[in-house]
Amino acid sequence: MQLREILGKYPKTEDYLIEILLDYQKTKIHHYLSEEELKEIAEHLNISESKVSSVMTFYTLFSMKPKGQYVIQICHDVPCYVNDQNSILKTLTNLLNIQVGETTEDKMFTLEYTSCLGACDKAPAMRIGEKTFTALTPNKVKAILAEYRGKKHA
Amino acid sequence: MKTNSLDSLKTWAKSVRSDSEFRITILACAGTSCLSSESDLIIEMLQAKIDEHNLNGEVNLKKVGCLRFCGEGPIMFIEPDNITYVRVAIKDVDDIFTKHILEGTTITRLLYTSKKNELIESYENMNFFKKQFRIALRNVGDIDPRNIDEYVAQDGYKALGMSLLEKTPDEVIKIVKESGLRGRGGGGFPTGLKWAYTAAVKSDEKYVICNADEGDPGAFMDRSIIEGDPHSLIEAMTIAGYAIGANQGYIYIRAEYAISLEPLNIALNQAKEHGLLGENIFGTDFSFDIGIKLGAGAFVCGEETALIRSMEGHRGEPDKKPPYPSESGFRGKPTSVNNVETFVNVPAIILNGAEWFASFGTERSKGTKVFALAGNVKNIGLVEVPMGTTLREIIFDIGGGHPENKTIKAVQIGGPSGGVITEEYFDTPIDYDSLTAIGAMMGSGGLIVMDEDSDMVEIAKFYLDFTQDESCGKCTPCRIGTKRMFEILERLTNMEGEPADLERLETLGYNIKNTSLCGLGQTAPNPVLSTMKFFKEEYEAYAYRTKRTSYAIEGKKCIGCTKCARVCPVNCITGKVREIHTIDESACIACGACYDACPTQAILKP
Repeated sequence: MQLREILGKYPKTEDYLIEILLDYQKTKIHHYLSEEELKEIAEHLNISESKVSSVMTFYTLFSMKPKGQYVIQICHDVPCYVNDQNSILKTLTNLLNIQVGETTEDKMFTLEYTSCLGACDKAPAMRIGEKTFTALTPNKVKAILAEYRGKKHA
Repeated sequence: MKTNSLDSLKTWAKSVRSDSEFRITILACAGTSCLSSESDLIIEMLQAKIDEHNLNGEVNLKKVGCLRFCGEGPIMFIEPDNITYVRVAIKDVDDIFTKHILEGTTITRLLYTSKKNELIESYENMNFFKKQFRIALRNVGDIDPRNIDEYVAQDGYKALGMSLLEKTPDEVIKIVKESGLRGRGGGGFPTGLKWAYTAAVKSDEKYVICNADEGDPGAFMDRSIIEGDPHSLIEAMTIAGYAIGANQGYIYIRAEYAISLEPLNIALNQAKEHGLLGENIFGTDFSFDIGIKLGAGAFVCGEETALIRSMEGHRGEPDKKPPYPSESGFRGKPTSVNNVETFVNVPAIILNGAEWFASFGTERSKGTKVFALAGNVKNIGLVEVPMGTTLREIIFDIGGGHPENKTIKAVQIGGPSGGVITEEYFDTPIDYDSLTAIGAMMGSGGLIVMDEDSDMVEIAKFYLDFTQDESCGKCTPCRIGTKRMFEILERLTNMEGEPADLERLETLGYNIKNTSLCGLGQTAPNPVLSTMKFFKEEYEAYAYRTKRTSYAIEGKKCIGCTKCARVCPVNCITGKVREIHTIDESACIACGACYDACPTQAILKP
């Protein structure tokens, strides 16, 4: 969807800045907003670019750098921690060869932490896009990654 | 059709076909946790079979909100047979349809097995449910959240009608005050008082805000309410609007909960169609509307002033108080901010009276509290109990204790703002004040059970990592202080610390508590201070560098059976058959698989 269309959906006041940013970023395959887009939003709402940028950098869901096509979010909370999240994290960093916060060279995966996914009963958990994976084991993680890698070649 | 009197509401409620009029009713959980185990697909497949056999007139399959026993999900209650099926999978759909629905036989393999290995047919006989008492979750799991008729049949919107048609705003506030209801989001501020303060300020515009920015690790009760009983929230917010004199409400919900918005949006539209929201509610001259505002991933926005800033499209940085939002809140107007669980208690209080509500709980904490029970405990899920229930009852009676009967070392309550409680305090009746007295905090109700294997320093570090990351950066004690505390903890756990670090942690912790601007900073050191109080020796092991961080093999006990090497997921154990094995400590991920596999207890824990 075009940025103009999304801007048109909301009243022209800065109250709706966060909604506009969320809505537009959702349409982008690499989950980020460019400087030009940021500028256009600022002009439309008649606020400064630095205001938009300060809001974007404050909230974790926004990015100004391109991310991988699939963003892997590992639940970074205690119920997952006590259920051996650490071995899941190590498996992921080993297999992807990146650290948390980084993106693979082929722009396929980004690894990040997320706050509680509300899946504490089936910890440890992670999410890729909208899909939540629970009761993870190192082997299950291997299989999930293989499946997503397969999607790329399909 | 618009509803404009209590009589018409009553007629409507009576016209709804009740579950008991069907030959069989299936409550199928579509809460977040069950959805992650494909419950939506299971429900769809079962419904397709019912359609195929034209059984919709006698079989009532309801997609309901959280049935609370998340650890055993996907879960189904079948009435009037009084049968509960747990861990239902796609492959079970055929049997449920043919054997249970058509032939009326119980499928024993889907029944719950208790810790004593007994099969239990009905949820009523499961310890997990026995001691629970529902006020906030009264409809969650019982009604179809997408159908307003079902809510109305449970006396839904009657409290709103009674308030608008029979009571003055002051009378409504008086009832809420007398009930003793306190904020369920963490602080425990009396709700009636908050409303009274907001009502007392004269202004052309006022706002009611629902804080649904549930961010505490391990807490998901608000989400369950929004998904399972959205009309309760709408009704309660409208009552609040009437009481304080506001015509506009907002629900501030974290963007991570986008899926929860679907039932909520449906409910908002249904309420408007029936004249229970919008212009001239119940035919009176009171109008009230509710909008939705999204968060974008900032824990601090659970703090009410930060939440308001975020709603206005700014960075979610808290403001100093006073002035309180009740005087100057959203857009500078008087605003009452209450949490989801707090709100949904209100209709029940109006319907049953303040005295009824105040008859539950302890002297200064009335009613019930919903806890999200998780961690190293057998029964995991949502637990609603009267205030004053002891932790022992929650962990052992309801929770069933440790799944493998290991020792339970502590319980973490209140998330990153709370602290740990050790066994000696498990018999304390829990309420807002008793928890504060033992250095913890009610918080939003996350309860994480930790067994003997949990490393308390790591856990404290975990919370500090969270808070230092989520600190908005506005005030120095929180921005820099939590960062420094985290660095000290990292130094300790990397075996690079020194004994003086313990004193530094403590001093820093108390300073941050005393000088931070908002609740986030004022409570951030709690996880460290409380674990230091109860588990000083674990901190000392790091500070004096006497702690091991990986598993190891005790040579004289090792028989060279290779079992450990075969289960190691990172292949860091080497050794030939019948020879002593060794663990490469740098590669060990401390998963404990070897420990569990070893037949001779030769593996040493970190």
